[in-house]
Amino acid sequence: MAAPRQVERPLSPHLQIYRFTITMAMSIIHRITGVGLYLGMILLAWWLIAAATGPDAYAVFLGVANGWLGKLILFGFTWALIHHLLSGIRYFFWDEAKAFDIPAADRMSWLAAVGGVLLTVLVWVAAIALRGVM
Amino acid sequence: MSTNDMRTPKAKISYLGSARSGTGDHALQRATALAIAPLAIFFIVSVVALAGAEYETARAYLANPLVSILFIALIGAVVIHMRIGVKIVIEDYVHGETLKHFTLIANSFFSYAIGLACIYAVLKIGFSS
Repeated sequence: MAAPRQVERPLSPHLQIYRFTITMAMSIIHRITGVGLYLGMILLAWWLIAAATGPDAYAVFLGVANGWLGKLILFGFTWALIHHLLSGIRYFFWDEAKAFDIPAADRMSWLAAVGGVLLTVLVWVAAIALRGVM
Repeated sequence: MSTNDMRTPKAKISYLGSARSGTGDHALQRATALAIAPLAIFFIVSVVALAGAEYETARAYLANPLVSILFIALIGAVVIHMRIGVKIVIEDYVHGETLKHFTLIANSFFSYAIGLACIYAVLKIGFSS
C-alpha cells in the first residue's frame, strides 16, 4: 500500500510582503471592476425594464440617473467597463505568450490604466456635448 | 508507461493537476470577452447618444431590430462572462464546501436572472413598437 504522494510545497508569503508593481495593481483592479460591473448589471436591467414598462417607470429611472449620485454611479460604471475592456486585452497577448517580459507587461498595464481614465473622461465629455441630440 | 504498473488510475493522476472544468471555463471566458469587446463599444456609443433622451426617443432607438439584436447578443455573452468571472472569484475566496456550493448556485441564479430580465425587456420593447 503506497503512501499518498502529498508534496510539501512552500507557502506563498502574505500580501504586504510584495513590492508594488503595476501588473499586480492591475490584476486586483481587473477583478474589482469585474465584480463592480457584475453588480452594475442590475442598473442595465433596471434601465431596460423601465423602458419596457412605460413613461412613468422610465421617468423614475431618469430621475435617479440624472441626480448627482446617479451620475457618480454611472461615471463609475463607465470607467469600470472601459478599464476592464482595456485591461482585458492584455490577457489575449499573454495567452499567446506575447509581451511576457516585465517591461512589455508593465507598458501594456500602464497604457490600459491611463487609457481607461482618459477614454472615460472623453466618453463623458462626448455625452454632455451631445446631450439632447437624439 | 510500464505494463506492470500496479497503481490505480486515481493514484496515477493524483497531484498531477486539475481534472475539473477550469480549462473549458478559461476558453469560454476568452471567447465571450472577444464577443463583448465590440458589442460593449457599441453599447457605450448608444448610451452616449441617448444621454438625456426622453422615453419615446430611447424606446424608438431600442426598438430598432439591429439595436435589439446587438443588445441581446451583448447580454447573452455578458451573462456567460460574468458568471464564469465571479465563479473564479468565489472559488478563490470561499473555502467552506457547503457555503461555496451555495454561493456558486446563487451566482448562477443571479447571472441568468439578470440575463433573462434584460432580454425579456429588449424583446418586449421590440415586439410592442
